[in-house]
Amino acid sequence: MANLVGARIERKEDKKFLTGRGNYTADINLARQTYACFVRSPHARAKINKVDISKASKAPGVVKILTGEDLAKDKIGGLIAGWKIVSQDGKDMKIPPHPPLAKDSVNFVGDHVAVVIAETLEEAKNAAEQVNVGYKIQKAVVNTADAMNSEAIHEGIDRNLCFDFLLGDKGKTDEAFSKADKVVKLDLVNNRLIPNAMEPRAAIGDYNPSSEQLTLYTASQNPHLDRLILSAFNAVHPEHKFRVVAPDVGGGFGSKINAYAEDVVVAWASKKIERPVKWVAERSESFLSDNHGRDHVTHAELALNNDGKITGIKVDTIANLGAYALVFATVTPTYLYAPLLLGLYDIPTACCTVKAVYTNTAPVDAYRGAGRPEATYVVERIITEAAKEIGMDQAEFRRKNFIKKFPHQQCLIHNIDSGNYDAHLDKALELSDYKNFENRRSQSAKKGKLRGIGFSTYLEACGIAPSAVVMSIGAGVGLWESAEIRFNATGNISVFTGAHSHGQGHDTTFAQIVGDKLGVPIDNIDIVHGDTDKGPFGMGTYGSRSVAVGGTAIVKACDKIIEKGKKVAAKMLEGKPEDIDFKDGEFILKNSNKKKTIGEIAFACYLPGTFGDIKSPLPEGVEPGLTETSFFDPSNFSFPSGSHICEVEVDEETGETKVVKYTVVDDFGTIINPLVVEGQVYGGVAQGIGQALYENAHYDESGQLTTASYMDYTMPRADNFPQIKLDYTSTPATSNPLGVKGCGEAGTIASPPAVMNAVIDAVGTDVSMPATAEKVWKALKKNGSKKAAA
Amino acid sequence: MATVNIRINGKKISKEVSDSTILADFLRDGLALTGTHVGCDTSQCGACVVHLDGISVKSCTTLVADCDGSEITTIEGLASNGKMHPMQEAFKKHHGLQCGFCTPGMVMSAVDLLQKNKNPSELEIRDWLEGNICRCTGYQGIVAAVKDAASKM
Repeated sequence: MANLVGARIERKEDKKFLTGRGNYTADINLARQTYACFVRSPHARAKINKVDISKASKAPGVVKILTGEDLAKDKIGGLIAGWKIVSQDGKDMKIPPHPPLAKDSVNFVGDHVAVVIAETLEEAKNAAEQVNVGYKIQKAVVNTADAMNSEAIHEGIDRNLCFDFLLGDKGKTDEAFSKADKVVKLDLVNNRLIPNAMEPRAAIGDYNPSSEQLTLYTASQNPHLDRLILSAFNAVHPEHKFRVVAPDVGGGFGSKINAYAEDVVVAWASKKIERPVKWVAERSESFLSDNHGRDHVTHAELALNNDGKITGIKVDTIANLGAYALVFATVTPTYLYAPLLLGLYDIPTACCTVKAVYTNTAPVDAYRGAGRPEATYVVERIITEAAKEIGMDQAEFRRKNFIKKFPHQQCLIHNIDSGNYDAHLDKALELSDYKNFENRRSQSAKKGKLRGIGFSTYLEACGIAPSAVVMSIGAGVGLWESAEIRFNATGNISVFTGAHSHGQGHDTTFAQIVGDKLGVPIDNIDIVHGDTDKGPFGMGTYGSRSVAVGGTAIVKACDKIIEKGKKVAAKMLEGKPEDIDFKDGEFILKNSNKKKTIGEIAFACYLPGTFGDIKSPLPEGVEPGLTETSFFDPSNFSFPSGSHICEVEVDEETGETKVVKYTVVDDFGTIINPLVVEGQVYGGVAQGIGQALYENAHYDESGQLTTASYMDYTMPRADNFPQIKLDYTSTPATSNPLGVKGCGEAGTIASPPAVMNAVIDAVGTDVSMPATAEKVWKALKKNGSKKAAA
Repeated sequence: MATVNIRINGKKISKEVSDSTILADFLRDGLALTGTHVGCDTSQCGACVVHLDGISVKSCTTLVADCDGSEITTIEGLASNGKMHPMQEAFKKHHGLQCGFCTPGMVMSAVDLLQKNKNPSELEIRDWLEGNICRCTGYQGIVAAVKDAASKM
């Protein structure tokens, strides 16, 4: 039976989704339910003179209108930044107040000002239009690069600077640069993205005044953390009387990590009116108020010797936080970014500064990859430029600088436990038929197309994260994970995990792990998550952590089950626990044919005595029942890596770019379910191609989001992609017993530079993301036709 | 207000609706058929696709009042006698879904494609599905599923 791990098993959760029986927050309707509509700021920056609700309060169906004043009166706390960053000068980062409903000022279009609660959604919307907010409009600060030279938008935060972070050794790095044969310089913009999970966010607060129980249904990636924040920081309700349920959640990609204003407000409002309050975002609200991603302006320099050996990297980045600092907003452009600027290369010196700035735009936080795509974009772009400048082959230049021996202590933070970068590069070169690329380039030229090739050999730090490490660098929580294995008396198993699945397939992957460990058929194992009343406290899903951290907690809980089972089996089989072997679901007494199945042992644990045919007295000191809990805190991050090779064709007449060939070879360590892992990679690569070629969140000078619908924000669609070729190599992680490294973000991390390197190779000049037809066409015009050369 | 007589997933329904009631809301709120999803407000994402007289339509921009006398099939009505439709089976086999939110619309749209084109090429599949956005899968599993379903239907 021990063959579930590694098997391509169809997902257990699929049938409900395929037959329309999923249960998303918006699908939930409660008795006595009311509907919430938020009054949002139409201005990017303004003082609030008044919020007049007198007319709106009399509108049909209105139950209650709540404002920032009401929130302050009830002492509801502000939204939090969860990670403290210290500036170069030793001073703490500067965090502005972030009330869930603004009282004195608004700081981005979509900022929450009031909530109207009514009997129907239509009535709530109609009344919301009658809330009269007096604004004194101020000049908005929008541009990332200019923010520090603009008027301060938050009182007491000079130059709009949250922090000025430094990582690395400036002296040593400067020395390496002064001795280098060559210095390559590059200016880059990492475009702002909007995550766009297909399920718009939604939340329902449901307070029961008799039991004083508050339930919040919310589209969240981490319901336990949501409850903790709403309880400890927003003071909405005590944790022990507060249940947070994140039922089926329709994608997250980081945008559903935060405890949002809407979560706080519907939960609090439900207490005030003693009825359920339901809010479901319209897509335009999602565009305006979900956390955005990326938005960096960077200058990078690479020092190298004439033989192609890199000796140092220097990076200076301005990261746009938007209007406020959210939960992972400050760690994303610092510790999740700067160390990854080394890529998978052996670079002896490095220095990175990051200035995080506030602007009058939607808050920016973790978006799939969180910091690592931004870092990989910098290193893979500049490595490509460096190889070109010294005239080395892209693959060979990379290979020359790869880390070769493990474990490898990088000069910035990470100690990489395992890897074999030559292996995935070799396989990718083979799979992509690299040696015949120039033939394909000529073939394309015959069709009037410019063909280009781009590499991205990436490293990521996943399995977020070792608590001791992250807390020493400012994390407000430990990032361990929990699991509980509850063996039922009838022999089937409920597994409770603190991780949360919003598309990742945990119901299947985790069941495969448990099935192998305990020798129980996969159909007899159910994975339970997403409800704070059911399982133990857990940290949720992000940072490619679910299997590396959550899966390991499950393995450890299984080990405890086996441990106890051996004691019970020893008693029943008249041997000693140390003489009991456990294999494929059976406890066997050594050197005998005596054995008990794990089902029999579970049954015995629930019927600890002797009656008729039942003879299962438990050994002395062994408690009845068969439930074990484990909390796992990893000793290190895990380090997936891989090689992506992209080929594009650019239409010289129109500037339109198509990805025509895309090859991926990843090293994720152990793979639990190849079907699920492939899906993660395909989806991740598609999002990365989206960033490189199509997607861009654009604010105009006044701070209006001009890309606030699917008519204006280009989402990648089925006809934008070729079939992606995918293969693996494997060096198991040493930081967890499964050997898994994490696969959820790799595609999004690796693909933007692979695509852009290909575009630039085709066009022959720099193009910024997204490489839209217009931009590419202009670049071609500026650069002159390459057709003749091709 | 208007009275509409519709057959939904084979069942006759007669209801009074306002002239502005949208089919997606009517299905979800009026009939608790929550398998049909609403993912945008500009008729772009396709999560709400159902069949109206056998043809795929976006139910978020269809007025119920216009549906009088018609036959509607939603994702809940696609399986028969507890057996999933070949398209549903193919999506499962090829991992054509992850979070499941776009899935009902995607499946309903794909079924209609095969009604119109029994053996579509990969290009034709990708072109047809241009009106359905999926953020999770990169469409690779979806395209494979539609191809596979075509070979079985």
